[in-house]
Amino acid sequence: MLAKFGKSVAIAAGLSLALGAAAWAADITGAGSTFVYPVLSKWSADYSAKFGDRVNYQSIGSGGGIAQIKAATVDFGATDKPLTPADLNAAGLAQFPVVIGGIIPVVNIPGVQAGQIKFTGSILAQIYRGQIKTWNDPQIAAFNKGVHLPAMAITVVHRSDGSGTSFNWTHYLSQVNPAWKASVGEGTSVQWPTGVGGKGNEGVASYVHQIPGAIGYVEYAYVIQNHMTWGSVQNSTGRFVAPSVKGFQAAAATADWDHATDFFLVMTNAPGADAYPITATTFALMYKTPKNVARSNTALKFFKWTLEHGQADAAALDYVSLPPSLVAKIERYWAAEIKH
Amino acid sequence: MSIASDEFGGAPPKERPGPVYRLRVAGSGLGDRLFESLSAGMAFLVLLVLGGAALAMLWGGMLAFKTFGLSFIYSSNWDAVNLKFGAFVPIYGTIVTSAIAIAIAVPISLGISIFLTELAPRWLRGPIGTAIELLAAVPSIIYGMWGLFVFVPFVATYIEPWMNEHLGSLPVIGQFFTGPPIGIGMLTAGVILAIMIIPFITAVMRDVFTAVPDSLKESAHALGSTTWEVVRHVSLPYTRTAVVGAIFLGLGRALGETMAVTFVLGNAHDFSTSLLMPGNSIAAAIANEFTEADSPLYTSSLIALGFLLFVVTFIVLALAKLMLARIGRLDGAKA
Repeated sequence: MLAKFGKSVAIAAGLSLALGAAAWAADITGAGSTFVYPVLSKWSADYSAKFGDRVNYQSIGSGGGIAQIKAATVDFGATDKPLTPADLNAAGLAQFPVVIGGIIPVVNIPGVQAGQIKFTGSILAQIYRGQIKTWNDPQIAAFNKGVHLPAMAITVVHRSDGSGTSFNWTHYLSQVNPAWKASVGEGTSVQWPTGVGGKGNEGVASYVHQIPGAIGYVEYAYVIQNHMTWGSVQNSTGRFVAPSVKGFQAAAATADWDHATDFFLVMTNAPGADAYPITATTFALMYKTPKNVARSNTALKFFKWTLEHGQADAAALDYVSLPPSLVAKIERYWAAEIKH
Repeated sequence: MSIASDEFGGAPPKERPGPVYRLRVAGSGLGDRLFESLSAGMAFLVLLVLGGAALAMLWGGMLAFKTFGLSFIYSSNWDAVNLKFGAFVPIYGTIVTSAIAIAIAVPISLGISIFLTELAPRWLRGPIGTAIELLAAVPSIIYGMWGLFVFVPFVATYIEPWMNEHLGSLPVIGQFFTGPPIGIGMLTAGVILAIMIIPFITAVMRDVFTAVPDSLKESAHALGSTTWEVVRHVSLPYTRTAVVGAIFLGLGRALGETMAVTFVLGNAHDFSTSLLMPGNSIAAAIANEFTEADSPLYTSSLIALGFLLFVVTFIVLALAKLMLARIGRLDGAKA
């Protein structure tokens, strides 16, 4: 009886191993950023319907993605925070942007409608440092003539989980406000001087929704889908820019990619006149000399398709595709750097 | 198979836990010995797994303990940019939210289980008992979402303004009840935890109260005791160990709860004595930050937090055992 049971267990285990191996062989695998997950899985579904190759992507977080690609357990990693060329060299990795997103300040101030309030980077930094405490502060009022701002306490909402969204937000604040850079700095999680932490974009969105006087920052898709009260942000040329696909693409097109080795560039505070200042990209990480060239080529083929034909999918999910000029640069980079 | 318990044939069931008889029957078969070693093996496996998990956490957190020393426990600094970590805020938050939860959950669970075993008409016991067991099966994330979308606005609109007004100005305890009424914070987390652990504590308490022999209760009633006196002087002393065990089952769950807490706690690493201010807990901090912890020291600090949760739980349980032993001695002295 026992022997028979053991035998059937062994057979079952063998079967599942064999099946598992077969299923894995057809897929390319990736891991990392949660930000890019919705659009990557949509791309993967459409791509496998067309070409048969499937992409198995695990959204375990950028830190996890970097660790997995460095351990060579996946075909590509995805991170919201680019690795430095020195880091990439040490690991033998190549890096390129995949998709663009914007990070938008959202507020809950009674009487204030979406798009009415304007922020400068310095004001945002002072609010997030806890120095500007009420909405009727003269510094905010100076840029918002005609908007009725109540004498209401500001509740700062930030991300509680480590996230690429926080990285880009704090990177922007560090660029525009030296005091922020010195006291808090930039990172996927930082020591927030004030406020409450919500888990994920949805956590921040619901806190802002529920707390009168709250300000938070979320990805563009959440602003659109939840009809949140967004504010426009002053860019490096002094214009107040509303978040839009055009603004994000302008930031990507005008960012100085030519001087960015391995696309090591965070796009915040891009120089274009129409550029939205808090624009972010997710980067893919792949080996320059892959152990398995066939799998690496399949992954590159997939990314080539997403960059050239993935715009509709991206737009449907409120992501923004890379501008054509940047796509051309990435394809030249692949040809030069990744063995194929 | 030969049945060893023949020795007990016809003996009346024991009313009180007496000395344990170890039965050794000559010529017990291979099956018996196999069963004994198997069950002993399983029991030791628990010890092994527990010890292994604690050691693995200690090992993983070694870098953090070595880097920060004792200050890891009392420092309230948690700065991933400059790699300075201290666990005081999460430890404090874990203990405070669990204490609030126990303070609310224990009287309510006691009330429910006394009602179910002593007062409720028989036809009502089944439905309420089943409802409690069903509540225990609700996943914690559901409690978290309900807390965030329903309970937090309620607390922010009705409870916290009232607390600010009436309790906030009192001396000494006032500092625990002042703060912006945003509904998110340690008080809310404690209440959500209480709601989560009430079914656990109640289910166990009800079962042990049911196990009190009717003859004991009937004797007390016959001597003229009220229901309360029966509960206070018969049921509770008879089931004391199991009741405390039920409370600590609930407390263990509260200490380690992650998802429900992270939704309503605010996840802030600033220290504040006020219960209305956002805080953090050990489990919530680990769940929030582990995915993006990108440096060895950061990861190690989070694992060290996990080890500290082990230590906190162990200390709390040890204190409970000590307390129980002390009560036992006092009762013995009285008798």
